Amino acid sequence: MDTDQLIRSLAADNTHRAPRVGAMLTMALLVAAPLSILIFVTFLGVRPDVMSAMHNPFFDMKFAVTLSLAIPAIIISLHLSRPEALMRGWGWLLLLPVGLLAVAIGSEAMMAPAMPMTMRLVGKNSRWCMLAIPAMSLPLLAGALFGLRHGAPSRPALAGALAGLLSAGLAATLYASHCTDDSPLFVATWYTLATALVTAIGAVVGSKVLRY
Amino acid sequence: MRGREDEWTGLMRSAMAGDDAAYHRLLRAVTPVLRAAARRGLARAGQPPDQAEDIVQEILLAVHLKRHTWDSEAPFAPWLFAIARNKLIDALRRRGRRVFVNIEDFAETLPGETPQETASTGEVTAQLNTLPQRQRDVLQSIAVDSASIKDTATKFSMSEGAVRVALHRGLAALTAKLRDH
Repeated sequence: MDTDQLIRSLAADNTHRAPRVGAMLTMALLVAAPLSILIFVTFLGVRPDVMSAMHNPFFDMKFAVTLSLAIPAIIISLHLSRPEALMRGWGWLLLLPVGLLAVAIGSEAMMAPAMPMTMRLVGKNSRWCMLAIPAMSLPLLAGALFGLRHGAPSRPALAGALAGLLSAGLAATLYASHCTDDSPLFVATWYTLATALVTAIGAVVGSKVLRY
Repeated sequence: MRGREDEWTGLMRSAMAGDDAAYHRLLRAVTPVLRAAARRGLARAGQPPDQAEDIVQEILLAVHLKRHTWDSEAPFAPWLFAIARNKLIDALRRRGRRVFVNIEDFAETLPGETPQETASTGEVTAQLNTLPQRQRDVLQSIAVDSASIKDTATKFSMSEGAVRVALHRGLAALTAKLRDH
């Protein structure tokens, strides 16, 4: 088939309209979310003292941190799904959760410690945290990668890493309502490790499946 | 050059609004530029230029299947050159070379520089033969025999909708096979 012939067939297919990447990502995440929620209700569930915990600013802070990761990661992953997009000017959005955590750690340090630092850091749930966040992330990660496959990222591994960040951010939001460790030190350590793991998986898988 | 790129953006806007003729004109207008860049990339990698046409066709397929990622408020050329650059890098890598491709390779093309198509378009043709019969028939009919969707539907006693579906699936399958082979 010569190039003129190929062009003729492409022009004939111009009537075909594909949905935007944002629509595909939203749909894929909505399909994946029930699976993650199922893992949550089956194995974890909301902590029993959630009503009183809500009055603890450090409990609420966990959601601010995880959502300030998930939402910018969604925005950046959509941005990167355009072939000409650069990371430049967007990366700082990912510093949002880091900044929030730093402020939280600072304010906890200024208060009279309720527990010794090592206990706040290690907590009671570190092993669960390292297991539950990646486990709940996986369906969301698969959904995010499926949705982003519809795009045309120039750097598939980077786009895959963003898919990892957004799914870990969403999974950590669920996990935060279960976990009784509210110290920002705990969040900064274990949530970050779990997120890094999911991000690495996203980058590796993304480098394969997000090529177009 | 500015004028050329503005013209492309205008054509692409019309194409996205459903003007098939504008889309056809646009693809024909960008092809010589893509061809020149593909040749330059191959030359720089020490590869014979006769594979340029395979790369051009791969770029055109990617442009077609990913055109929903183009923001109609943005100029068309940077989007096009980004896709072309990625496809060129992929193609050269598959041929065993690591090379760096400058975005300028595309933008630099002089208006007078319109190399002729070279004969070898082996990859698309080879992959075409691996498609399911129906997709291959429809693609052949529309591309090679320049039949319309309507005539193709009559020829194979299909509905026009079924022809459109087979055409699109055929193009998508072709692209996937070229990427993964």
